[in-house]
Amino acid sequence: MPAQLSIQDLTKSYRAGIPVLKGINLEIAGEGVTAIIGPSGTGKSTLLRCINRLVEPTSGRVMLINGETSLDLAKLKGRALRRARRQVGMVFQEYNLVERLTVMENLLTGRLGYTPAWKAWLRWFEVSDIDRAYELIAKVGLSELVNQRADALSGGQRQRVGIARALMQKPELLLADEPTSSLDPKTSVEIMELLTELAQAERIPVVINMHDVELAKRFALRIIGMSGGDIVFDGTGDQLTPDHLKSIYGGESWLT
Amino acid sequence: MVNLSQSLIAKRCKPFSLSRKAKFGFWLLLAYVVYAGAQLDFSYARFISGLDNASAFFDRMFPPNFERSRILIKGMVESLQIAVLASLLGISLSLPIGLLGARNLMPGWATWPARSLIALCRALHPVIVAILFVKAVGFGALAGILALTVASIGFIGKLFTEAIEEISIKQVEAVRSTGASFANVILFSVLPQVFARFVGFSTYQFDSNLRNSTMVGIVGAGGIGGTLFSAFQRFDYDFVAAILLTIIAVIMLGELFAGFIRSVFLDNIGLSDLLRKRNKPTSLSEGKDIA
Repeated sequence: MPAQLSIQDLTKSYRAGIPVLKGINLEIAGEGVTAIIGPSGTGKSTLLRCINRLVEPTSGRVMLINGETSLDLAKLKGRALRRARRQVGMVFQEYNLVERLTVMENLLTGRLGYTPAWKAWLRWFEVSDIDRAYELIAKVGLSELVNQRADALSGGQRQRVGIARALMQKPELLLADEPTSSLDPKTSVEIMELLTELAQAERIPVVINMHDVELAKRFALRIIGMSGGDIVFDGTGDQLTPDHLKSIYGGESWLT
Repeated sequence: MVNLSQSLIAKRCKPFSLSRKAKFGFWLLLAYVVYAGAQLDFSYARFISGLDNASAFFDRMFPPNFERSRILIKGMVESLQIAVLASLLGISLSLPIGLLGARNLMPGWATWPARSLIALCRALHPVIVAILFVKAVGFGALAGILALTVASIGFIGKLFTEAIEEISIKQVEAVRSTGASFANVILFSVLPQVFARFVGFSTYQFDSNLRNSTMVGIVGAGGIGGTLFSAFQRFDYDFVAAILLTIIAVIMLGELFAGFIRSVFLDNIGLSDLLRKRNKPTSLSEGKDIA
């Protein structure tokens, strides 16, 4: 039974009185890709970051329901928050790899939530973690680059490492914040394929922020359209009409 | 664009000329230099009359006298020990203090005491600190070690804090999002980003400690400085020359050593690589050693 995410009345204002998220209500259940599309600055990133609390929500609830247990991610603090973060993997737009560490070390950072500091200092990771890291590196096709430093990789390779790192956590939920925005069209498709395949194999839901509407239609079972801090569309790719796009992005001259 | 350039021509703007304030500043500086030189009797005649003294002094310095080599070696060894111990102590203390002072990672209640401590360590020259420690813990190497430790904390701590404040927060965010504890976030996302610079600061500080360790003896804080000072006072200029030559040799060796440490840590060059390079001299390695 895959985990379920239930966001209720989520608001966030970076400055008082100027909300970026205006009461988001969203249920994400079951495996498969959910894409969030919308113009820049509309709060897509903020929404994703409120889920794993890289950003503090102003109000509302973010429930992560997994079988019997349910956690309100918006309320957690300290150790409980760190434990919850272990269950949520994140892939970043600019990969956010630790540049001076090797591919292997970057993957193992995905296990840091389970590793006490003195062991991490000595690079003593569980054998099972290291085995899993090799397995994932093979799955993303970078077996030859295990001991390369991350700053020696190309964009596509970096994002593959980013995905493998997130999966090292054995997450219940995978978040991806514009994972293909810094990549060329061909690599973007490859990365999206990899992301959806691996998430399917792990049977976990994926929430992806995207700019590229076509890519979203191609890979996502469900598309959420955001505009001005609100959800204005929720449906499948087939249901997404030019009228919807107009209401999401505004204007129409760009729609040919 | 056309309008803009026309109006510039009309006003006869020179695009790269200095502002009036900057020119005024330069004139002020020049005037002050002339004034200060006149105040301090810094004149050509004074310089010429001094040259006589210098030639007599250099005459007595050569040839250097290495007869009292036992005192010389004992002092030099003590200086080295002061430098090594103070560097180790200073580096290992400035790592946590520097971390505490970084405003992007630490809350305000931690940064301001750490920053004040670092500023305090930098406020006084090592020799003045050495005098204070001589008064506090008595004559000898301990005072020198403590004085140079303080200097190391002031230097490395400040630069280390600044290095941490310049790191990319994105990598930190990524590691934080895995649920890593604070200590693990530091270990795997902050330290990798600043380690290279930290090694650089540390080797530079070792260099500087080595130089300063030959000086703190002048105020009684151990090392070759004491020997040097008494040799000056007894007008044993040939012995002074011997001491100075030894110091120069040791400092240069220290610099080579620091460069070696840097290359081991930063370029992943092993000892074997260095030795191999030296064993077969090629036109490439001519003139440049380990640097």
